[in-house]
Amino acid sequence: MNIADTNQMKLLATKARKGAIVGTFNAKSGHPGGSLSAADIFTYLYFKEMNVDPKNPQWADRDRFVLSKGHCCPSLYAVLALKGFFDMSELEKLRHVGAMLQGHPDMKGTPGIDMSTGSLGQGISAACGMALCAKIDSKDFRVYTVLGDGECEEGEVWEAAMFASHKGLDNLVVFVDCNGLQIDGSTAQVGGVEPLDTKFESFGFNVLKIDGHDFEQIESALNNARQTKGKPTAIIAKTVKGKGVSFMENQVSWHGKATNAEEFEIAIKELDAQIKELEG
Amino acid sequence: MAQIVTKATRESFGEALCELAKTNENIVVLDADLAAATKTSIFEKAFPERFRNCGIAEGNMIGVAAGLASCGKIPVAASFAMFATGRAFEQIRNSVAYPELNVKIAGSHAGISTGEDGATHQCLEDIGIMRTIPGMTVLNPADHYEMIEATKAMIEHQGPVYIRLGRLAIDSFNDPETYSFELGKGITMHNGDDITVIATGLPVNEARKAAENLEKEGINVRLINIHTIKPIDRDIIIKAAKETGRIITIEEHNIIGGLADAVCEVTSSECPVPVRRIGVNDTFGYSGPAKELLEIFGFTAENFEKVIKEELAKK
Repeated sequence: MNIADTNQMKLLATKARKGAIVGTFNAKSGHPGGSLSAADIFTYLYFKEMNVDPKNPQWADRDRFVLSKGHCCPSLYAVLALKGFFDMSELEKLRHVGAMLQGHPDMKGTPGIDMSTGSLGQGISAACGMALCAKIDSKDFRVYTVLGDGECEEGEVWEAAMFASHKGLDNLVVFVDCNGLQIDGSTAQVGGVEPLDTKFESFGFNVLKIDGHDFEQIESALNNARQTKGKPTAIIAKTVKGKGVSFMENQVSWHGKATNAEEFEIAIKELDAQIKELEG
Repeated sequence: MAQIVTKATRESFGEALCELAKTNENIVVLDADLAAATKTSIFEKAFPERFRNCGIAEGNMIGVAAGLASCGKIPVAASFAMFATGRAFEQIRNSVAYPELNVKIAGSHAGISTGEDGATHQCLEDIGIMRTIPGMTVLNPADHYEMIEATKAMIEHQGPVYIRLGRLAIDSFNDPETYSFELGKGITMHNGDDITVIATGLPVNEARKAAENLEKEGINVRLINIHTIKPIDRDIIIKAAKETGRIITIEEHNIIGGLADAVCEVTSSECPVPVRRIGVNDTFGYSGPAKELLEIFGFTAENFEKVIKEELAKK
């Protein structure tokens, strides 16, 4: 990836972060912390990796994306808007009565959302079903899903991991957004989910560990995944919860609350400054 | 009279699925290490490329079914009723029903007629659990021929369906020459205006015998077979309530949550009449041969006749 490409990714991801802050501020609720930690992964997937068509969101042969950690949809919505699935102004109505953008992803109402999610652990199973469908029909589409590290405390994640590996779903890529924090504290304090790399390895995955904010590392991991045959890939992405907004970074308190007016102003000022710098 | 077939509805279901899959290539079957028991093994043998064993992991199986359905398949996910609807309830609610995905869920070994395995495997809550989910169609066929037609209707219907299968081999009573299945429509099996009996699933045949026996005594029972618990046939229930004034429900399920409640929900708002509920009286089952348990729990024509007479005495 050249510098211009990397800058373009960074710019889009920062705009996605801004969208997540605008959305949750207007909703007076939502989950900014994890939305910001996963924003770079969403951006790379939709702008570099996945074969999708915003003009034809139901295209049968498209690559699929499932946000297993459904609560982090604000930045995913922003990425979908930037990609052209719908207008960015929808973010201002996030979580409002009658809005297209629900508090958790709704595949029936939102163009670009391939699976309704929100209950942790379930998205990865649906992603397995999609990948299995491609195998049964000998189709080339690939399936991507993003899980939280806290989410991996759900037993269903490991049922799905066993299934993906046993059925040889090499068209499936599982990202784990490892920001190290969950509602009640750090993942180490609450559930002891680590080590995730050796867990996925022992379940038969091709496992790659990356910095989830480094686009070159995201790119090389996805290239590695595509070349890996016979087994699914897990990309364990170390991230910073609240990435990009100084007062949110690594703060568990920003898991599930919106900014107030004062905080909103500071966050937007910071993100606008980053956008200006990237636009150079 | 048609030939009586003695067969468990799980077996009729497995055979019907196989037949339908010959012309419908979208049908994919999933099981959770119970294919030999749910009889999806019949499908597995005929269409191995469209069958996947998910292992003992019902929650994941339902999610996989949701993913397959989102790509246009018609997945049929089978397990015991207890685990399919109990263990995987939330996957069914959030990953299947909320997005209105075209997933079919088959729950076998429902009711106390599961027999020797005992209480942990005798699911008495599945109809109630599935009925509370918006958009879920709930089917409970009563014999071999009804199961074949219900399976066909389940596949033709666009949207999530739960279908209840039994373990015990039972006699058929429908005539395939004249039998007609319409989703959401009850079937009047015996005409009468003295009292109404509304039955579903396995006990329908005993209820039929009770109605015929009582006819000889001059008691005219209206017997309605409800194979579709949701959406329930409101018209047939309201008409029966108005014309007979008294209803008895019969189901191999807890009296809470299932057919009885579904019938009362209709009558209470449209035509309140006394409803006597025959079922498993809010208790767990226990081990024993199925036929003995069915007698102990009162699923016999003899007991039904007794209850019908008790209710008629109150008129």
